[in-house]
Amino acid sequence: MNASSADRLPRLLALVPYLLARPGIPIDEAAADFEVTPKQLRRDLELLWMCGLPGYGPGDLIDLSFEGETVTVTFDAGMSRPLRLTAAEATALLVALRALAETPGVADKAAVQRAVAKIEAAVGQARPAGVAVGLAMREAPETTLVRDAVSAGVRRGRALHLRYYTPSRDEVTDRVVDPMRVLLVEGRSYLEAWCRIADGVRLFRLDRIDAVDVLDEPAAPPPHAEPTDTSEGLFRPDPSQRTAVLVLEPDARWVAEYYPVDSLTELAEGRARVLMRYADTAWMTRLLLGLGGEVHVEQPAELVEAVARRAEAALRRADHLLAT
Amino acid sequence: MAIARAERLVNLVLCLLSTRQYLTAERIRAIVPGYADAATDEAFFRMFERDKTELRDLGVPLEIGRNAGVEGPDGYRIARRDYELGDIDLEPDEAAAVALAARLWDSPQFTGAAHGALIKLRAAGVDVDQDVDVPVEPKVRTSEPAFPPLLAAVQEGRVVEFDYRRPVPVEVRRRTVEPWGVVAWRGRWYLVGHDRDRRAPRCFRLSRIVGEVVASGKAGVVQRPDDVDLLSFVARSEPPAQAVATAKLWVARGRAQGVRRRARHVGEQEYDGVPGDLLEIDLRFPDSAASWIAGFGPDVLVLEPDVLAKTVREKLVGALRGAGVRA
Repeated sequence: MNASSADRLPRLLALVPYLLARPGIPIDEAAADFEVTPKQLRRDLELLWMCGLPGYGPGDLIDLSFEGETVTVTFDAGMSRPLRLTAAEATALLVALRALAETPGVADKAAVQRAVAKIEAAVGQARPAGVAVGLAMREAPETTLVRDAVSAGVRRGRALHLRYYTPSRDEVTDRVVDPMRVLLVEGRSYLEAWCRIADGVRLFRLDRIDAVDVLDEPAAPPPHAEPTDTSEGLFRPDPSQRTAVLVLEPDARWVAEYYPVDSLTELAEGRARVLMRYADTAWMTRLLLGLGGEVHVEQPAELVEAVARRAEAALRRADHLLAT
Repeated sequence: MAIARAERLVNLVLCLLSTRQYLTAERIRAIVPGYADAATDEAFFRMFERDKTELRDLGVPLEIGRNAGVEGPDGYRIARRDYELGDIDLEPDEAAAVALAARLWDSPQFTGAAHGALIKLRAAGVDVDQDVDVPVEPKVRTSEPAFPPLLAAVQEGRVVEFDYRRPVPVEVRRRTVEPWGVVAWRGRWYLVGHDRDRRAPRCFRLSRIVGEVVASGKAGVVQRPDDVDLLSFVARSEPPAQAVATAKLWVARGRAQGVRRRARHVGEQEYDGVPGDLLEIDLRFPDSAASWIAGFGPDVLVLEPDVLAKTVREKLVGALRGAGVRA
């Protein structure tokens, strides 16, 4: 059996009740709902046409009538309802719905709760599965205001003017973007938008947006602006990135959980040597200064030097302050 | 030409749904098209076993039993009330919530299952439009290596063992846990369960599990207490928020934008021959604030409070040492 035939039986069992509920549905539309090609859907229908009840005579087989590009079930052979949800399916859906219900601003809470109650009743799973997702974030009040304005821009399809802080360059810049959607990933909210300056799709963390204006002009992301595929995480390894060799003291082990680390070697006394990717030396230097005392920087030499130079300059200036 | 396996399975389901009597394997072999292709008894039973397994994996409730007053081997049937999804009718706003929920997962464990659920809801007559516009699109990943074995253990009710690294004090210890649930909270996954060594409920961060998770003992041993709310258990385990402290800083002119954007400008001052601004800033997490300020090096000086100035200084001295320079 290949991968597509593993999905086929569930689809075949769902197709008859699906069509029964939608007499005369265009085949293209049904195919889209099942996420298969119209050609595959026709093959499925041809197969179902051969199936039926014992006896397997003309009156026993599933009967379909085709009219133009549409299809209608005229005999369902007793398969009028879909199979009930498996435990895994119920869990995936109910855990996600409960997560939405508990997160302000994501979906209409009352509607989500009604949907949960109806699905629980239909699948007969009353006790929540052992999986729970909380999407709520720790968010400053300013960010909530930004979220409201950004959401309005997305909803109304308007371009946005942003004042945005970029930590890698430690700079605040003004730019006009065409919003696409707001994403909530791994506890953080992002605006996904076409950035006219960068000429590409960018993710803007809401807590780094210092000011936002909804403009009168319509949002017009170009047709080739593709939404970010979040399945592998938001940030991909980039070949232009450099790699630092760091030895983390136990107190700094969180760095390996938080930042992209390619390899981790356990050392004595709870320390670890890691290879960490970074794009910008100035940003990396700031991180390492803040981790002072908990990280030993081994490589590259330019980074070791930058950290030493900045730390020395800072201490000299602090000493000067004490002396005055 | 041999009858396609999918066709045989659909016919088997229709046949077993339509009967009130239990049908023996032999009877099924005689009735359902496709089994006649089996040349030998052995080939038939292999085929039939495989088909039963596939149907059970899909969640088809196969009943095994014997008709009253009949001798002989057990037979099979499917009770319609166990097979069929109950009536469900969703309002448009409820269906929109379901569509959004089904898109939540970026997870090998849940993406396919959510899709399967959607197919069945559509088949029940619910119109779920995938392209619905939503204000915020949440995404949840389950990429931690410890996630699949822990989820399986939770669902099977089995005890787990794993090595767990604690940051303070530093230690890696073997833990034996009765798992109650896996919980995503503020972008991290946690295991909640009864820690057998500490004899108390505990919460473990999945990213701190070292190496393999081993499930041990029988399935069904672990019972989650009814009064446990997994999400609030994890939320309560977080360290409490600290009081906000105000600091006074000097920031070199035009530098440290990251500090400036969160601070109030209260004056101007030249230090060390460098023009700069006096800023006040509210700090919610004093320790991480010291790291953050130290990161700006000579561009930011802490004027008040002393304790913050000292912590920043220690970090800078440490950074110098960490770069191989003796201070």
